[in-house]
Amino acid sequence: MKFKTILAAAFSAVVAVAAQAEEMKISVTTSFANSGLAEVLLPEIEKDTGITVQLLVVGTGQALKLGAQGDVDAVLVHSRPAEEAWLAAGNGTHRREIMYNDFIFVGPSDDPAGAAEAEQATDALKAIEAAEAPFVSRGDDSGTHKMEKRLWTAAGITPEGDWYRAVGQGMGAALNTASGMNAYIMSDRASWLKFANKGDLKLVFEGDPILFNQYAYMPVNPEKHPHVKNDLAQKLEAWLVSDRARELINGYTLNGETLFTFNAKAE
Amino acid sequence: MNDILQGLARAAKLVVTLDADLVEITVLSLQVSLGAAVIASAIGLPLGAWLAINRFPARRTVIALLNALMGLPPVVVGLIVYVLFSRSGPLGVLGLLFTPAVMVIAQVIIITPIVASISHQAIRELWADYHDLLISLKANRRQRIGTLLWDGRRALMTASLAGFGRGIGEVGAIMIVGGNIDHATRVLTTAIALETGKGQFDMALALGFVLIGLAIAVNLALHFLSRTERGSRW
Amino acid sequence: MVSGMIVLEGVELRRGGRVIVGPISLSLGGAGITMMMGPNGAGKTTLLRALHGLERVSAGQIRWAGNGQALRERQAFVFQTPILMRRSVLDSIAYPLRLQGVTRGEARDRAEACAGQVGLRVNLKKDAGDLSGGEKQKLALARALILEPVLLFLDEPCANLDGRSTREIEEILTRIRAGGTRIVMSTHDIGQARRLADDVVFLHDGKLVEQAPSGAFFDAPQSKQAHAYLQGDIVI
Repeated sequence: MKFKTILAAAFSAVVAVAAQAEEMKISVTTSFANSGLAEVLLPEIEKDTGITVQLLVVGTGQALKLGAQGDVDAVLVHSRPAEEAWLAAGNGTHRREIMYNDFIFVGPSDDPAGAAEAEQATDALKAIEAAEAPFVSRGDDSGTHKMEKRLWTAAGITPEGDWYRAVGQGMGAALNTASGMNAYIMSDRASWLKFANKGDLKLVFEGDPILFNQYAYMPVNPEKHPHVKNDLAQKLEAWLVSDRARELINGYTLNGETLFTFNAKAE
Repeated sequence: MNDILQGLARAAKLVVTLDADLVEITVLSLQVSLGAAVIASAIGLPLGAWLAINRFPARRTVIALLNALMGLPPVVVGLIVYVLFSRSGPLGVLGLLFTPAVMVIAQVIIITPIVASISHQAIRELWADYHDLLISLKANRRQRIGTLLWDGRRALMTASLAGFGRGIGEVGAIMIVGGNIDHATRVLTTAIALETGKGQFDMALALGFVLIGLAIAVNLALHFLSRTERGSRW
Repeated sequence: MVSGMIVLEGVELRRGGRVIVGPISLSLGGAGITMMMGPNGAGKTTLLRALHGLERVSAGQIRWAGNGQALRERQAFVFQTPILMRRSVLDSIAYPLRLQGVTRGEARDRAEACAGQVGLRVNLKKDAGDLSGGEKQKLALARALILEPVLLFLDEPCANLDGRSTREIEEILTRIRAGGTRIVMSTHDIGQARRLADDVVFLHDGKLVEQAPSGAFFDAPQSKQAHAYLQGDIVI
């Protein structure tokens, strides 16, 4: 029996330490990763700065938690109130706005609630609630979910009932569920465009400025966690607000549509 | 049904062309789960044998507990290991979080009860057969365990393979402690979860079929290497 | 009879609170073949196992006096149903030597010689489980003999064997007795007892009923149970 050979191979593989050199970890949200922008940016970052960025793709809540624990060097999320609370707790050094995309509503192609006729996002939600049309919510306290909750509040509605289904999943998984149920759902544009299982769903509402979704970059506080690679985090930040980044972000399209708009300000 | 057929076709294409990403995550899957299975066997097989031949007051409780631990939810194990190895946690200084090493650790915790429970049951039956003979021949405790482990090796191989199977198909624990980082801690199961979340079902299925094929290949290889079913009774 | 090598004093064995054998007091000498006889359930197997140390004595004691020390140290046991290990015939016979630290090569050589001595003519690389009944018992005997025991126990060794195998095993036992090995065995076969025994211990219902040299026992049994047994009656 060749157990000894397998044992040797297993141990050497596990014990081998990857080159630590210029590696850093950032936690990002599923909506950012699903857009495909990361696949474009990461190789360019490595070429220009020599930094190998390792992405941990999780929900906003978990992304911030990882940062608070000091398990990553920086976070990139899109929920301003949560970000400011996180900073107030001393977890990060500052926040730097990088880019924004927008949220849209998708729903069944026959639009039973008539959401497409709404003028404002809140009107669309009121229509869905009135029709008690099935609506899937992220339900996971992510940036997207927090935005959705703010909209319901702005519309003066507390969503409850059989038609409102909180799934507690990432954006892609939630879209799957909505597709399977033929329900309405709020999604970021990037995830929707990249989503491959649309079924009968179509885009029904867009364009209200209230739906704009700001991404911000926040390095983890080296005073709280001395081991974080703050130097690399700063180097990455400099690149993210550079003209090269502007070019790549604004130039990234999917099916001919631009997904993100670069809006970082020079300091 | 169409998805399944497309998935099979895509799986075949990925394997035949030795797609670089596929090779990378497959190799890592094997390293993590084989490594964990080997370590879990090193702990669990002798532990099961020891439990089979030693009598002590709380023995029945320990065995029941060991059997119950087979049902440990992997995602809970992942959470606990994460809390332990987080930078803010007691073992954070080791810097093992989000590396293959901590994935192995989490899987060892999940797999060892399975290996030990099956080993215990197999050795217990063998011990019932060999009991009088080994006592008559005055074998000491170490010799008894050694003989039982060697003569029971077929059943023990099943125990190890059961552990490996649990590990190679596990996703909850290694997703949390590994982070599914591209080119670092992404394995077949976490990649499948990722593709499913993107709605890319045919890719997810393709990876799934590769995973099944891999598990079968490993099992066949081990049976072949240890010459089971070659005219022998056991 | 030479007295006092193996002495049992008030030996009792209990199971589940009940006394199943004893109290028994008897004395065995240091040479030849002692045959334990008696109907089923008489306690022959239990007593043999107690002498070998496989059963714990609940009361009384077993003493090994004088040269009895050697008898106590180097014993072997052949069970009624052979206990087979999951290995080849050769490795099964070699196993007791391996326990003593003998190297594998030497152990296998000696095992091969031992197999020849008991007339085990099979492919030694075969699995032990593939042998016939008679061959299995010969394997068990070879395994018992390979450590050159001074005292050999056999518990109805030929109970499940055909005539040819039985004769072959009896020949082996006769040979090793001549070589000086002390044998204590049990049997159901009165003919076998007549052929092999030097002295007889007759048990009934867990008690010692009669003990005598074989000639005296078979020609003129003193107890009515032994008398009835030898006549072929069912003894209750």
